[in-house]
Amino acid sequence: MNPPLILRTSAPLLLWLPIFVSLYVLVRGHNDPGGGFIGGLLAAGGILFFSIARGPDAARRVLRLSPVSWCAIGVLVALASGLPALLAPGQAYLTHLWWFPNVGVTLPLSTALVFDVGVYFTVIGTVSALFLALVELDKSGESA
Amino acid sequence: MALLLVAPILIPLLAAALTALFWHRPEVQRPIGLAASAALLGAALMLLARTSDGAILVTQMGNWAAPFGISIVIDLFSAIMLVITGLMALAVSIYALGPASIERDRAGFQPLFHSLILGVCGSFSTGDIFNLYVWFEVMLIASFGLLVLERTREQLDGGIRYVVLNLIGTTMFLLAVGLLYGLTGTLNFADLARIAPKVENQGALAAVGMLLLVAFGAKAALFPLFNWLPAAYHTASMPVAAIFAALLTKVGVYAIIRVFTLVFAHEAGFFGPVFLAVAVATMVTGVLGAAMHYDIRKILSFHIISQIGYMLVGVALMTPLAIAGSILYIVHHIIVKANLFLLAGAIRQETGSFALKRIGGLWAIKPLLGVMFLIPALSLAGIPPLSGFWGKLVVIRSGLEAEAYWLAGIALAVGVLTLYSMIKIWNEAFWKALPEDGPSPLPWNARERLATYAPIIALGGLTITIGLLTEPFAAISIEAAESLLDRQAYIAAVLGPDAPRLAEIKP
Amino acid sequence: MSTVFIVMVGTLTAASIYMFLARDLPRVLIGFVLLGTATNLAIFAAGRVGSMMPPLVEPGARILSAEAANPLPQALILTAIVIGFGLTAFALMLVVKAYGAFATISIEEVDEAEPRPVEPQPEPLAPAFRQKQEAA
Repeated sequence: MNPPLILRTSAPLLLWLPIFVSLYVLVRGHNDPGGGFIGGLLAAGGILFFSIARGPDAARRVLRLSPVSWCAIGVLVALASGLPALLAPGQAYLTHLWWFPNVGVTLPLSTALVFDVGVYFTVIGTVSALFLALVELDKSGESA
Repeated sequence: MALLLVAPILIPLLAAALTALFWHRPEVQRPIGLAASAALLGAALMLLARTSDGAILVTQMGNWAAPFGISIVIDLFSAIMLVITGLMALAVSIYALGPASIERDRAGFQPLFHSLILGVCGSFSTGDIFNLYVWFEVMLIASFGLLVLERTREQLDGGIRYVVLNLIGTTMFLLAVGLLYGLTGTLNFADLARIAPKVENQGALAAVGMLLLVAFGAKAALFPLFNWLPAAYHTASMPVAAIFAALLTKVGVYAIIRVFTLVFAHEAGFFGPVFLAVAVATMVTGVLGAAMHYDIRKILSFHIISQIGYMLVGVALMTPLAIAGSILYIVHHIIVKANLFLLAGAIRQETGSFALKRIGGLWAIKPLLGVMFLIPALSLAGIPPLSGFWGKLVVIRSGLEAEAYWLAGIALAVGVLTLYSMIKIWNEAFWKALPEDGPSPLPWNARERLATYAPIIALGGLTITIGLLTEPFAAISIEAAESLLDRQAYIAAVLGPDAPRLAEIKP
Repeated sequence: MSTVFIVMVGTLTAASIYMFLARDLPRVLIGFVLLGTATNLAIFAAGRVGSMMPPLVEPGARILSAEAANPLPQALILTAIVIGFGLTAFALMLVVKAYGAFATISIEEVDEAEPRPVEPQPEPLAPAFRQKQEAA
């Protein structure tokens, strides 16, 4: 079963639009509804569109690393975000720190954002690992 | 200090992430895995040293004050469980370098194994019931993956049985957590312990308790929720079966002891007889199930169930001695049971089969294996001076002190039947002459042999040590039991003297 | 309002139990999804259904206004949905794999892990007896 021409042609749009939106949602999560989890789901949705339109192999090429690696990287980033808190004596792990450096505009930076980026990668990795496995299972079932 | 408290969670998480990053590259994964297991044991021992005087260590994740944030609470009982988890992780990590390790590692054993340890350690460290649910799920998903690692037909079938029953059990747990929140307005163990006796609708609270008992009982393989265990465990590869046998059911037992000594302690009059009946039924069904089987793995799987019964006696009687007996029994059982599963793998390697009818004559060719088998087997049956004897002794004595003579009698009878099963394995595998059409031993090299025997000998040595030097182990169990029964100390340690209070919710 | 939730929880639970009683695995899985939904709604109802105001801290304010809905059940449900999603995906994968291996989705037709006991065979004589008999 080949996906329809329109879907195949618009695949890049269906991939990159959700990813850009997801990045916006990720950053917005700093102080408004949004964040790494929902952003990650959106981005994974884009990759899912792409794998339906161009096949799972193409989606894997877009990810470059394997989904499990993205998941691992996300976990490591999230883990690392808790560590700066330990530099201050008596602080608990994952206590988040905020900075507001002024470079023309006030940039809200925080370890919480780093944590969210970790969550973002983890969600992309996990969700795409799951659906790519299911899609590939389906394909191998058809050929058998 | 704050880092040490979360170390049992961070170390396996880090190991799982790193080994996942090097997926399909066993030569990188193995040193990471071994180092993480050793580091976990080290961190747990440090925690044990700090809690051994009965201190309760608390850290609030992200500095959110209890009961609003997630508290990590490590008391002596938690620390004991973490140490034994570290020990098992190390033993199984080494054992997993044995036969068929390349195929296993290629299939993703290492990341899944460390995720499982992560779930177990998280469950032992958390002070929040919803967080406990999350750790249960981490453990569950990792165990699903481990169980069907080799994708054989047998494993897929066993996996489905395991998955379906555990999915239902886990939903019960979630429902119970939701209802408990509805009744008390909090999820923090310490806060729950403070509020639960004051809840007006004690009937609804008892119903939630029963729901939790069902959920934890499914996890711990209590009667009558044990069916999934003998259906699934024997299909897993040996290192996986060993770590499952050692830790998974015990997390259920830990949750039961934690929740029912802390949150439902004021309902002990209602739950005590329930636990007593369930404990006895679990002991008896498990041991009878084992008696009819002739596959080593199935015999051992049924014995897990039987032994869980002993561990429940503590929470049924709620005396310091009985709970100390449960703790001592859990420690002994984890070491011995994991060792027996490791031995079953070694027996298969030396003979070519798990089926007792088809193998034999091991004593003549492998006397060391015979001795190594006798230590945990006799310990499991409760023969002095091995560790199982002391565990059973304390449990039975606490039964006699509570004037539950029939309980003591049944516990002894189950011990005799356990001995029967162990002698059955001994007779069939070691003494009986090798059947003429028996299978041939599987090939393995010296390195794999070493990886298999080293943890077996180490755990055997530990069993003898606990048996001969019981005093410190018994003392620490009693200390842990007294600390478990002192709910006020736990509440004060977590919430502090001036705890912020959640708004009182009117039903 | 709570009544609506209670009725929904009851209906979904009943439907899920009906699905659990089916003999084929995809239905059991659907049953699990329904049960999960029922549980989530139960948690939501347990957190008291009242205010419809989203629990967001207003700009400038430091704490949540008292009229806002209870955020905790929502957080619990979100976590539970995520976990349920993972479990369902895994179970689905297992069911598909099992279908590939056994060519059936019926639970009853598969007994690899616990084969039905075969008719008991008479025990073969112990070696010592057998030797005696052969000698005789």
